Amino acid sequence: MSVRIGIVLFPGSNRDIDAVNALRVAGAEPEILWHESADLAGVAGILLPGGFAYGDYLRAGVIARFSPVMRAVADFAAAGGPVLGICNGFQVLAEARLLPGALLRNRGLRFVCREVTLLPEHLDSPFTREIGERRGLRMPVAHGEGCYYADDATLDELERDGGVLWRYANPDGSVALPDDPGNPNGSLRGIAGVRNVAGNVAGLMPHPETAVEAILGSEDGLGIIRSLVVSAAEWSSTGTLTGTRPATPARGAA
Amino acid sequence: MSDPVSAFRFAVNVTPKPGILDPQGRAVEKSLPHLGISGVSKVRVGRRVELTVEAADAAAARAVVDHLAGELLSNPLMELFEVEALG
Repeated sequence: MSVRIGIVLFPGSNRDIDAVNALRVAGAEPEILWHESADLAGVAGILLPGGFAYGDYLRAGVIARFSPVMRAVADFAAAGGPVLGICNGFQVLAEARLLPGALLRNRGLRFVCREVTLLPEHLDSPFTREIGERRGLRMPVAHGEGCYYADDATLDELERDGGVLWRYANPDGSVALPDDPGNPNGSLRGIAGVRNVAGNVAGLMPHPETAVEAILGSEDGLGIIRSLVVSAAEWSSTGTLTGTRPATPARGAA
Repeated sequence: MSDPVSAFRFAVNVTPKPGILDPQGRAVEKSLPHLGISGVSKVRVGRRVELTVEAADAAAARAVVDHLAGELLSNPLMELFEVEALG
């Protein structure tokens, strides 16, 4: 029996089919979850895909935050289940305050669609455990609002607590700071993706789900998708998740 | 008989917090020399939302607007909001 992972479908989601494919490649069974239903159909993990939920009106992700499915996702996250948001899914999780920080308009004002290199950190987390070694991972970004922002105190706390899971890298392998060529959007401290304090919710702007087969140009995203699948399997069979800790109040709420 | 309600009209002005990079404001500022305008700085681009609230009185209506402005119209991590009562 392969593990079932829910893909949340909002009006305006457009990377859901890529997510379906990636989960199948990683050996999981995808289950589409409609935004108007608060029934998660007993899935063992949740993936919020990319797109433009509710047209990105007002701010990317904010209207999706108030949908019935997100109340169920928040409960699932509070119980300790693994939740991964990709691109617009990351924006939704940030707006829902399930993840710290905010995604601002890209520093260069333009929608950026290109390949980036990601440096993973904390390779024991539920979302990085299958990556293997720490090396640059090539995958695309495609977004207009991906500039990771939090105030300095929150960023310091994030780094201290191991909350940063992925950073953009320059061609020479160094971390891509806001004005560096490897940083596509001006993200502070090169942050491409973060996790919550408990460690069971994570989000990133790049698209690992479209880099899972050689025919797609890169397989470097597969480690992240497989991490989610392995974590969901662990969660469903044991009710615990390696690399997480008991939930504490969300940080960066000020 | 239910309590009588009145309609109150408000505007909510949402602006980027001081210190937050505002690339839209910067782009507007950079375009001004093309118009032959100089001496304009600190351009910040925000959003204005106008709405009507039905409530028993102005204070109750204002409380509704304050709540929705903080929860939905603005993100307190990056934006400030200001509520304005319209005539």
